[in-house]
Amino acid sequence: MRLSQGGLIDRAKPLRFSFDGKGYQGFAGDTLASALLANDVRLVGRSFKYHRPRGILTADSNEPNALMTIRRAVDEPNVRATTQELYEGLEARSQNAWPALGFDLLGMNDLLAPFLGAGFYYKTFMWPKSFWERVYEPFIRRAAGLGALSKAPDRGRYDKAFAHCDLLVIGGGPAGLMAALVAGRAGADVILADEDTRLGGRLLAEREEIDGGPALDWVEEATAELRALPNVRLMTRTTVTGAYDGGTYGALERVSQHLASPAGHAPIETFWRIVARRAILAAGAHERPIAFPNNDRPGVMLASAVRAYVNRWGVAPGKRVAVFGQGADAERTARDLRAAGVELAEVITDRVTGTNGRLGLEEILVPDGDGARGINCDCLAVAGGWNPAVHLTCHMGARPVWRDDLAAFVPAEGAVPGLTPAGACAGAFSTAACLSGGARVAGAILEDLGLSAPKPDLPEAEDGGYTITPIWHVEGKGRAWLDFQNDVTVKDVKQSATEGFRSVEHMKRYTTQGMATDQGKNSNVAALAVLADATGRTIPETGTTTFRPPYTPINIAALGAGALDKGFAPERHLTSHAASVARGAPMIEAGLWYRPSYFPAPGEQTWREACDREVTMVRQAVGVADVSTLGKIDIQGPDAGKFLDFVYTNTFSTLKEGRVRYGLMLREDGHVMDDGTTARLGAQQYLMTTTTAAAGQVMAHLDWVRQALMPGADVQIASVTEHWAQFAVAGPKAGAVLASVLDDWAPGDWPFMSCGAVSVSGVAGRLFRISFSGEQGYEIAVPARFGESLFRLLVAQAEALGGGPYGMEALNVLRIEKGFITHAEIHGRVTAFDIGMGRMVSAKKDCVGKTMSERPGLSGPEREQMVGLKPAGSVKQLTGGAHLFEAGARATAANSQGYVTSVGFSPTLGCFLGQGFLRNGRARHGETVRMVDHVRGVEAMCEVCDPVFYDPEGGRMRG
Amino acid sequence: MRFSGLKILTEGLTGNRGWTPHWRDPAPKPEYDVIIIGGGGHGLATAYYLAKNHGITNVAVLEKGYLGGGNVGRNTTIVRANYFLPGNSEFYSHSLKLWENLEQDLNYNVMLSQRGQVLLSHSDGQSDALIRRGNAMRNQGDDAEWISPEYMRKNWPYLNFDSPRFPIYGGLMQRRAGTARHDAVAWGYARGADQRGVDLIQNCEVTGIDIENGVVKGVQTTRGAIRAGKVGIVTAGRSGQVAAMAGMRLPIESHVLQAFVTEGLKPCLDTVISFGMGHFYISQSDKGGLVFGGDLDMYASYAQRGNLPMVEHVAEAAMTLMPMIGKAKILRSWGGIMDMTPDGSPIIDRTDTDGLFIDCGWCYGGFKAVPGSGYAFAHLMATGTPHKSAERLRLDRFRTGRGLMDEEGTGAQHNLH
Amino acid sequence: MRLPCPICGERDVREFTYKGHAVALDRPAPNAGDAAWEDYVHLRENPAGETRELWYHGGGCGAWIVVRRNTVTHEVLGAELASEVAE
Repeated sequence: MRLSQGGLIDRAKPLRFSFDGKGYQGFAGDTLASALLANDVRLVGRSFKYHRPRGILTADSNEPNALMTIRRAVDEPNVRATTQELYEGLEARSQNAWPALGFDLLGMNDLLAPFLGAGFYYKTFMWPKSFWERVYEPFIRRAAGLGALSKAPDRGRYDKAFAHCDLLVIGGGPAGLMAALVAGRAGADVILADEDTRLGGRLLAEREEIDGGPALDWVEEATAELRALPNVRLMTRTTVTGAYDGGTYGALERVSQHLASPAGHAPIETFWRIVARRAILAAGAHERPIAFPNNDRPGVMLASAVRAYVNRWGVAPGKRVAVFGQGADAERTARDLRAAGVELAEVITDRVTGTNGRLGLEEILVPDGDGARGINCDCLAVAGGWNPAVHLTCHMGARPVWRDDLAAFVPAEGAVPGLTPAGACAGAFSTAACLSGGARVAGAILEDLGLSAPKPDLPEAEDGGYTITPIWHVEGKGRAWLDFQNDVTVKDVKQSATEGFRSVEHMKRYTTQGMATDQGKNSNVAALAVLADATGRTIPETGTTTFRPPYTPINIAALGAGALDKGFAPERHLTSHAASVARGAPMIEAGLWYRPSYFPAPGEQTWREACDREVTMVRQAVGVADVSTLGKIDIQGPDAGKFLDFVYTNTFSTLKEGRVRYGLMLREDGHVMDDGTTARLGAQQYLMTTTTAAAGQVMAHLDWVRQALMPGADVQIASVTEHWAQFAVAGPKAGAVLASVLDDWAPGDWPFMSCGAVSVSGVAGRLFRISFSGEQGYEIAVPARFGESLFRLLVAQAEALGGGPYGMEALNVLRIEKGFITHAEIHGRVTAFDIGMGRMVSAKKDCVGKTMSERPGLSGPEREQMVGLKPAGSVKQLTGGAHLFEAGARATAANSQGYVTSVGFSPTLGCFLGQGFLRNGRARHGETVRMVDHVRGVEAMCEVCDPVFYDPEGGRMRG
Repeated sequence: MRFSGLKILTEGLTGNRGWTPHWRDPAPKPEYDVIIIGGGGHGLATAYYLAKNHGITNVAVLEKGYLGGGNVGRNTTIVRANYFLPGNSEFYSHSLKLWENLEQDLNYNVMLSQRGQVLLSHSDGQSDALIRRGNAMRNQGDDAEWISPEYMRKNWPYLNFDSPRFPIYGGLMQRRAGTARHDAVAWGYARGADQRGVDLIQNCEVTGIDIENGVVKGVQTTRGAIRAGKVGIVTAGRSGQVAAMAGMRLPIESHVLQAFVTEGLKPCLDTVISFGMGHFYISQSDKGGLVFGGDLDMYASYAQRGNLPMVEHVAEAAMTLMPMIGKAKILRSWGGIMDMTPDGSPIIDRTDTDGLFIDCGWCYGGFKAVPGSGYAFAHLMATGTPHKSAERLRLDRFRTGRGLMDEEGTGAQHNLH
Repeated sequence: MRLPCPICGERDVREFTYKGHAVALDRPAPNAGDAAWEDYVHLRENPAGETRELWYHGGGCGAWIVVRRNTVTHEVLGAELASEVAE
């Protein structure tokens, strides 16, 4: 019920909203929870297991019960009504109830509660065996869960950002405000983050005075002063979610969640990584409930929440309110209720032994002589004492420390390097202590940072002491809830102890206490107390579970901002990309690159037709392919040759200028890392080519060898992959194409494996006489800015001679015909021996990987060695990934002798060709083996051959 | 006590007063036949099979904290047998078969849910490599099948088929793969071992291993010296420290692997999906939380927690693969310590010390291995010869280069996995 | 986590990649024998505490650096260039 006056709401701005389809009205400044209470809506959800009716418990992000689905562009489940700000047209739906919140069929679970105690599911559902997955589990899954994802793609705008500061103040209550003031005035770069919509913390919810005036006036002044300081950044609606190494904090800013739709280009949420030299945790404390029989009815609420609804939102959470608790909190609650004109039923300091009411509280029971007496009320404010918000201090592994005088855990000293708690989260609960604590901690940090801070005048404020005799649990008839969402009762914790789950970690895992969406913020300490009692130990002896990030749950969309669709990884485009696309070439992923798969010609129906044509074109005329994706590394210096001799298995120091050599590179564990050609461009300059896949890995490796293993060598290396566009021109007419585009050039001057400078229409380029196709081949490189024009020029000239561009499919077939390898073959588990290149490991010198490659297991007849494969039976198809067996052997793991790595249909030879690895394969050329591909359902007999199918003498390549 | 629906019924009707501890809490005896160091999943399973398969019941499991407090209680609960290299292939195949009868064997519902697991392919080359894997699985007698993008559109229409960075070409599905309730596995083995007479001793940290003339004699602990003729080290995450007590250095580096769970949600994902290009995999638990993880943080760590770059990377992979996941809220993240071997595969072997055995190096695959590892390690410790499912999981493979099991092909040297 | 690159200053860990223990700097001679190579490539102290390890500033200057770091607390205690340590 809305009170006639008071609260930080704008009564001039009414807002319409709906809950479960029914329309209501609230005001600007309301949360969804305060607006629901203002409209006397008490039943807001159902619990997880028993589907018990649930009402609003808190007024903050700890809320375990009032979780709702909010209609947005994509519906958002599990939103806390207590933190969702009201906006015009907000639509909320309840969750986990069917057919309706007021009549939930799964509420029958509650009747079965005697059979559904802690861990019951470990003891049953085992018979008959097949029923777990077919019957029991599907039912459990449908009954469990909270809200539902809409399953529609979430393409809303989210963002991520970095921020750096001297001091991060976490929490904008009295301690945080005071700390920010002190640090801000001293000139430090300060970020003050608070999860609430406005600064003030508990002061927003209490009737208090500071410096003789309303505390809110002081909050306003402090906020205004901070806002005016250019070195202070105020971040409201921003929850610091995690503490990480090196002073890094994660924080979630809800930028637009309080609006009907994001304004302009604003994101919905931004996930911040804040790097802070120091931080102050001023996160306050959370009041805790008390476990008493049937304490879970809607209307039972934390006393601090009752005060918040009354004072901040001008809402009476009930018509007749009782208070249960001791000391200042109970008195303060009664006082505020009276002041607001809400009928106060009674203040109970001893025990509440039960409650009654259907779908909501109607009566509480208190002891009366030997019996019980009922008190009519529809709201009970429970003050169970306060837990400092230690959560962030646990994120790096420290456990909080028990303080008997507070009956609560406080942060361990030095729990997070650079983070100091202040105020209530450090166990100082009075407003005066928070103000002075914030100032003192900020002052000490400033001194540490070398900044001078004038001693602040501390405002005067309430300085009451805090005493507590905790009531953890009231005995009585009926279940007493600890974890309201997961339905964990005192009885469950006791039973878990009886069953031997005495460790607090065991109890948590066995009962699921603390595993609900509040992560035990409301229930951990009381559950621990019950467990301690049940096992005859003190609370510190019993221990505590820890809190892990995030402090409050984070939408995956925020943490994964920017990664939607193509945003997940960079896209690397060739200079010829647009030209290839214009020719209709499907572009396929090759690592981060896109490369043309094939270039379809008019009338071609399938990729195979195009591929076959392109292969034949290269074999008979000439083809042009963009090979710029290969890694290119420029290596210069007097020791360049020596350096290459160490990274390659073979020798490069003896390579003559103007010549190119194929090289093989090992990892230090003796297996092949990569291969490629390296050209000697000058006396002290080499250009290394790597495969597309390994370009980054090889560059890091070369940096490693140069800096760590050859620190004295005079050699410099630089990746120039992106600087040059490079095109293969291959085929009998390749020389003619080049002669038509190069200035003053004749093929006769360029023998196989030569290289050098050329001029293309006046542009300085490089030419390499190398071949990955087996035909006369060249690769021509020009600075990348000329790449697209050169590609168009080369293709035009090739087409004039009956040739044209070719894509990855044809490139693959050409290399298989010729027996060349790719990373399908050098897949990380093969040695130089395996691929028939054992002799390339020079005996005359050391190189990376040489010693380990000499281990006995890395060579010999037991190894699977590379072979060529050709169909030799009625089935003419080969498939990649098939396994090889002896003819007649059963296709079992024990019989597997190898596998197929690459296949392609060779239009040149008119059949499928394959490459693969076969045990002792080099000695088995001519043998017929059985190829079995269970997965594709293909089986064929194949002949084992030399991998070089085409032009084994190499005359065409050299010619 | 035998667990059953009937037992729950009778207890429920009589006030649930008859439940007893799942295991005893014994004080350590001065001597045992066998000591297992480590009360995690693998250690408890080893003790169980020592008792059940070999009749060796004078066994103590020594646990420095609480039972099941290591990686068995902090993983993403996936069970599968989809390895392709000899050694791993037969081992995980055997382990999965044990999983399939575990509930009846243990009389404990570990909630094995054979929901299937699919490995997505994003290129023809990846498809061939996955099919090679699938064929190895079929050769081993396990199930594997190729599923098409059309199949996926029908079953998981919310995957990003229309504008992905890495298009989905298909996937390798193992239907017998799935998930299990991780804690229950540890508890079920603990209860089974305890019922057969094994002493499970918690809060008992081993501080030294007693060796005389190359023969193991027992261990020193925070609760006194305990003698035994055979000692097994099963302390993944701390293998190096415990092995050092026996003067050994291992081919292991410890790394942190993070995992994540969202708030509970109504069922939306009926299988385990692995997105290799994004180092991301995801399933949904019985409680409704989406459970997912990614790659190692990639630095040596014993901290059981990680840092933001991997947290963000995992969320990014989730968003590009299944953009419908955006409004699922990450509830909790945590980390486990992984024993990383050079080739990414485990070790079950004897050591140079007589009577001292080691089971370690499970990398990030230890959960699904729990039954198979316990079975094989118990066999090795009881008989002195390796079980046939674990003949190749040898410590000397790195020295000889024989039988390396580098599934990822990233190299049999550290930090490449 | 943040690492102090001796060339670039303190940077977020996401700019770096990891290689492992700094033992990798002490490459044995080719003929040092099986045991020395086994130690170099495979066996590790794997300390729970302070360690020296190699990182590559691939997202920055391309330097390999030797970082002193605690594997239990993740505290970073210092860094130097691998090239200077190796010399």
